[in-house]
Amino acid sequence: MYTPKKHEPVRIGFYVCHCGTNIAGMVDVQALARYVATLPNVVVSRDYKYMCSDPGQEMIVQDIIENRLNRIVVAACSPLLHEHTFREATRRGGLNPFFFQMVNIREHDSWVHTDRQLATRKAMALARAAIQRVPLHKPLEVKKVSINPNVLVVGGGIAGIHAALVLANAGKQVYLVERDPTIGGHMAKFDKTFPTLDCAMCVLSPKMAAAGSHPNITLWSYSEVVKVDGYVGNFKVTVRRKPRYVLEDLCTGCQECVEACIYKEPKFRDEFNLGLSKRKPVFLPFPQAIPPVVLIDPETCIELKTGKCKKTCVEACGDRKAIDFKQKEELREITVGTIIVATGFQIFDAKRTPYYGYGIYPNVYNALEVERLVNASGPTGGEIILRNGQVPKKVAIIHCVGSRDENSNRWCSRVCCLYSLKLAHLIHEHTQAEIYNFYIDIRTPGKSMEEFYCRIAEEGINLIRGRVADVYPDPSDGATGRLIVQAEDTMLDCIMKVPVDMVVLSVGLEPHSDTEKIRRLFNMSCSSEGWFLERHPKLAPVSTFTDGIFLAGCCQGPKDIPDSVAQAGAAAAEAFSLIDKGNIEQEPNTAFVVEAECSGCKSCIPLCPYTAISLLPDKKKAYINEALCKGCGTCVAACPSGSIVQNLFEDAEIFNEIEGLLAPTSF
Amino acid sequence: MPKPKVAFYWCASCGGCEETVVDLAEDLLAVVEKVDIVLWPVALDFKYKDIEAMADQSIFATLLNGAIRSTEQEAMARLLRRKSRYLIAYGSCACTGGIPSLANQFPREQILKFNYEDAPSVVNEAKTRPQLVFEEDGRRPHLPELHHVVRSLDQVVEVDYYIPGCPPTPKITQAAVAALLDGRLPPKGAVLAPDIALCEECPRRDSKPTDVAFTEFKRTHQKLLDPDKCFLAQGVVCMGPATRQGCGAQCLAGNMPCTGCFGGTDRVKDQGAKILSSLCANIGPKEEAGINQVLAGIPDPVGTFYRYGLAKSLLRRKVDLPMNNGK
Amino acid sequence: MENATPSPAGNGSWSPRIIAFFCNWCTYTAADLAGVSRLKYAANTRTIRLMCSGRVDPQFILEAFAKGADGVLIGGCHPNDCHYAEGNYKMLRRFQLLKRMLKDLGIAEERLRLEWISAAEGEKVKSVINDMVKKITALGPLDLPGKFADWDREMTALAHAVESAPVEKEVAHA
Repeated sequence: MYTPKKHEPVRIGFYVCHCGTNIAGMVDVQALARYVATLPNVVVSRDYKYMCSDPGQEMIVQDIIENRLNRIVVAACSPLLHEHTFREATRRGGLNPFFFQMVNIREHDSWVHTDRQLATRKAMALARAAIQRVPLHKPLEVKKVSINPNVLVVGGGIAGIHAALVLANAGKQVYLVERDPTIGGHMAKFDKTFPTLDCAMCVLSPKMAAAGSHPNITLWSYSEVVKVDGYVGNFKVTVRRKPRYVLEDLCTGCQECVEACIYKEPKFRDEFNLGLSKRKPVFLPFPQAIPPVVLIDPETCIELKTGKCKKTCVEACGDRKAIDFKQKEELREITVGTIIVATGFQIFDAKRTPYYGYGIYPNVYNALEVERLVNASGPTGGEIILRNGQVPKKVAIIHCVGSRDENSNRWCSRVCCLYSLKLAHLIHEHTQAEIYNFYIDIRTPGKSMEEFYCRIAEEGINLIRGRVADVYPDPSDGATGRLIVQAEDTMLDCIMKVPVDMVVLSVGLEPHSDTEKIRRLFNMSCSSEGWFLERHPKLAPVSTFTDGIFLAGCCQGPKDIPDSVAQAGAAAAEAFSLIDKGNIEQEPNTAFVVEAECSGCKSCIPLCPYTAISLLPDKKKAYINEALCKGCGTCVAACPSGSIVQNLFEDAEIFNEIEGLLAPTSF
Repeated sequence: MPKPKVAFYWCASCGGCEETVVDLAEDLLAVVEKVDIVLWPVALDFKYKDIEAMADQSIFATLLNGAIRSTEQEAMARLLRRKSRYLIAYGSCACTGGIPSLANQFPREQILKFNYEDAPSVVNEAKTRPQLVFEEDGRRPHLPELHHVVRSLDQVVEVDYYIPGCPPTPKITQAAVAALLDGRLPPKGAVLAPDIALCEECPRRDSKPTDVAFTEFKRTHQKLLDPDKCFLAQGVVCMGPATRQGCGAQCLAGNMPCTGCFGGTDRVKDQGAKILSSLCANIGPKEEAGINQVLAGIPDPVGTFYRYGLAKSLLRRKVDLPMNNGK
Repeated sequence: MENATPSPAGNGSWSPRIIAFFCNWCTYTAADLAGVSRLKYAANTRTIRLMCSGRVDPQFILEAFAKGADGVLIGGCHPNDCHYAEGNYKMLRRFQLLKRMLKDLGIAEERLRLEWISAAEGEKVKSVINDMVKKITALGPLDLPGKFADWDREMTALAHAVESAPVEKEVAHA
């Protein structure tokens, strides 16, 4: 590879990209090229329609060869987008790729300013900074770090399960960590799924079972990730395994202990059925739970609370000896190379919209409760029976509860229109009730969705375009709990007051309330709404800003099952591509101590979060272990004698940038 | 062959640098033997007119100490620059402004007023100030004017070499003079002291642990100082990590922390900014209130971090001071 | 309007120059997001990308002022969010003392600003920059290069004099 010799004169090629009109529309690219041509060391200065195109890159390659260029500067979009592209072009021209510097005049300039003259002057300043910086660039080598082939998948909903299976089927070792006692997530609670109306559990349970029994999947349910250290290729993860008081290896899931529990009747809130049914202190969350292992709730179990139970459950378990009241929480440490975060969502708490009466009137349900009610394995065995034991004859379904609402969540939750239509169909099918769907807009993008909508609409439900203003008890009603739903029908331009027996609130999807905690754990970013932020909305939709950590499912934003599964597959593929490559190339922006200059003052040593800096015991000088250095540069800024250098971000390079940005001609 | 001519001169300085030359003791005689001293106001009587009469560059080397803060000092700096082949900034004041350049925090008027009117030891009811020109008995003597800005020597004239220190030690002085006379000269502009921070030659270095996190800063009078332990490990600001060595860590031997007189290393543009960066980064607390509580132990950052170098710091001077006595 | 874009001068009249040091992972990305979202803000900042706000050497800040910046903006990740665990705290600690020291050296507090801006906060990039431009516009130019030249003017007369022959100057202390 060509490396300019020390005293060889610097010959810079400068290229400004029009990016169609994205840049050229606000920055006078010709004037910029002319200006840069006057700067020292600049040999070639051109503007071109699309620098990232093949001909644009080829221009750089040819110029390097023909004009003996030894530095390249491209003013275009963000380096986070195309720095790699142009480094490669620089390399193809025969130069070390780090003789390249990128100038961001699109995201940081043409797109955010409105005055062409000012935007052009800013571009000149930014370009000048790069032109002054690049002569100091040094040839650098990309560092390769090997990747641990194991993968951690966090969250055992459909997205996590699918991602885990894809990787496990490809022979990778996967740790699937689920917070709840069983995997399955929200999908396990659904009855049918739109638009096909196939049974959710029928498609999900085989995948759950496969994940539970797969030789390449270590499934830790009732467990939480508590600590993540390290970095792509080599994450050290600590998982807390909460005590079930039942030994997973020994429990067969026969549930004889549940039968034998001292509580003859279920007495405690059943979370899986959202409190619509009861369970005992020892329970299996639902029949198809994976792992098929019971657990004991320490809050309600007499033995665990008082130590004074007859322990009929232990008796029932007999020789299997699966029950262990002394079980303690365990911390397990694992090493993985990549992580897929699929932590899902929570439903909007309808109590935050009190005018809909949720939690006030017993006949107001949220949609997930209704999913359980219509489910054959649900609390009512699939019968839609109200809390007062009656079967509803008129049902209102209110769309956009906690979605598209300035007072709660502004986003569209994407799935509610379709599940509302599905529930309209299912409720009608189960009860023959008259259904009123109150909507703002019906949104049905996606394959076969509009057809589904048309089909349900033709079934004779009442679709009313109008946002419900109020739900209140029917004053003419005695004790049946009938409610009046009041809304403006914006099609007919009239106020409607519809008496109904049941109100279903189509609650939206929102980020988990502990999103912040999860985000910090994995060092990710969140959008302002609280969804985990993808690296690029279009081009890196499952990547995060932390290398080696990928996103799948609703933790990244509301989506339906097909999209969650597709995204899980994509995340698995991203992880797989890293693993299969065997190593990752790391930006050579590590720091090093110039030994001859170091005084051994030790000021830098405690600053490194990766303990990459140590004191050489014989020489008494600081030493940076390049393999551990992540290139933050904190020690460089703090070295009191200026004896630490950061590659790509040397002090002199930054000083030159400062000078270039403030040069009088450029403002 | 005639002996090379050498000049010593002082500007805004305390006289300590002159002491160092005397401190060469018997070695001074060896130097004197080899050179012809043409100017040394503190020890020998010469007339400036004689210097003015000399041919340009006829002095082999001038060692000039003190900062430049008056018209007279500036004129002498320019004159000696013209007459000397090598002009050497000798001592912190000439190199980086020294303690006199702490005056760059105050307006000239405030300094004059304090010194001639307000200082507790001053009795001057008529509030007389020195006049630049006055007439007496038919004479019109002139006094130099005080500049608004205190400067290092190289902010006035070109400097060939720097010998740092407040004062420079006899050892580095001798080495520098020997190098000069033997013609073993480093590139122009070099500082004639090792380019490694003081800690390397500090006898207390090994007593500093690798995990110092500051929870308080104490000044030397606020604490009983351990004579063997690294000052930073005791929570006392020590400029050693940001200061060039060559002094032999004498202050530390006297149980005082380094205050930075040798200036920063060649790789540093601003010694004060660098020690600030290093000390602050290693503070323990993470939230503002806790951080500020620790930092309260450094009540005067400018005086602490730029004690010898405000003139040559990146900002040079308190930036909003007037240049016309506030008028 | 808090977020109104101050109109920087386009015709030779003064408008502040602000150097921004943004960390790669949060604030630089947020500025990219502001661009992708086509938010509009004042054209007075020039950004230098660093990997972490912990890399911001106080020398960079002083150098920026000395070279003519009217303000310096540092953008890093929110507390607890640093890509490198704690680099932002190290910057915060330096900032606390640096702003006090700059005040002692006559530089108004508004000229140095540290902001935590996450990758999702494109809006904050806009509002912070607009607000800073507004405040610094109100303060007026810092212009240290101009000040340095002005300070050194007290020497120019003498430089001429010594180069030819010493002449007497008659000036009086006030």
